[in-house]
Amino acid sequence: MVEKVRRMSEEIKKEEIDLPILGQKAPDFEASTTQGILRLSDYTGTWLVLFSHPADFTPVCTTEFMAFSKIYDELRKRNVELLGLSVDSVSSHIAWIKNVEEKMGVKITFPIIADLNKEVAKKYGMIHPEQSKTETVRCTFVIDPESKIRAMIYYPLTTGRNMNEILRLIDALQTTDKHNVATPANWKPGDPVVVPSPVTIEQAEERVKQGYECKDWYLCMKKLSEGQ
Amino acid sequence: MPCVSPDGKPTSSGVAMLQSLKNGPSSPEEVANRTGQPLFRVRSGLRELKNAGFVDETEGKYVLSEMGKTTV
Repeated sequence: MVEKVRRMSEEIKKEEIDLPILGQKAPDFEASTTQGILRLSDYTGTWLVLFSHPADFTPVCTTEFMAFSKIYDELRKRNVELLGLSVDSVSSHIAWIKNVEEKMGVKITFPIIADLNKEVAKKYGMIHPEQSKTETVRCTFVIDPESKIRAMIYYPLTTGRNMNEILRLIDALQTTDKHNVATPANWKPGDPVVVPSPVTIEQAEERVKQGYECKDWYLCMKKLSEGQ
Repeated sequence: MPCVSPDGKPTSSGVAMLQSLKNGPSSPEEVANRTGQPLFRVRSGLRELKNAGFVDETEGKYVLSEMGKTTV
């Protein structure tokens, strides 16, 4: 009986998934990639989009990699690097990206982690057993220059990610950091931003007199100046 | 893009980093600026070159080792 309970407990533990927490330090790692051994700390001072895909030589992943490659220049203009991951080997990654270049004409220039032992995948909660017990789902982590997790997106195996949303998310996070504002639904660069809500009754009463575009004291927007 | 080949010789990107160290002790940021390579790759590459004996590191600054000097 004791043995049965112990085995059940181990089974439950096996199913537990570690998920990173927004605002916390991203889990550290050192991993083999298509560009040598990389550590999370190698990205200190730059933003990082760490993303996982289920497997090399699969159709949705191939479309995603081509799409990520197409936004790589835009990301780098924003001081953002890209780092892919799957549980395939470095040799598999190399064969796949060479195939993508030869057959699809798209060169993949960012590194890809070969997480054969799932060490990084487990730290970032990338394996969701209801989707696949062996493959990583489509996770995207936005990690800031201080290595803090700033945003996470999890997509199932069947659904390719939207690159415009990833760029929009980066723009929104960087705008928030630069101007101490929030961004409303469907915000895109150039749109009005949300002024942080007042936290005292005095601030609430003053807020509507401060020249913002206010629907009410708790919903005030402002335009950022050109070039901001 | 590892900076040291399996035969122990620096790759082209490794050689570029070694040559940039001829300017004297340099931080990874300075090497990245001189070589035009991304900072993450330079940090990883310098670590690899250090492990292979081509460079020495003191307090975050990298210099060519004797072996590094004879290589470039």
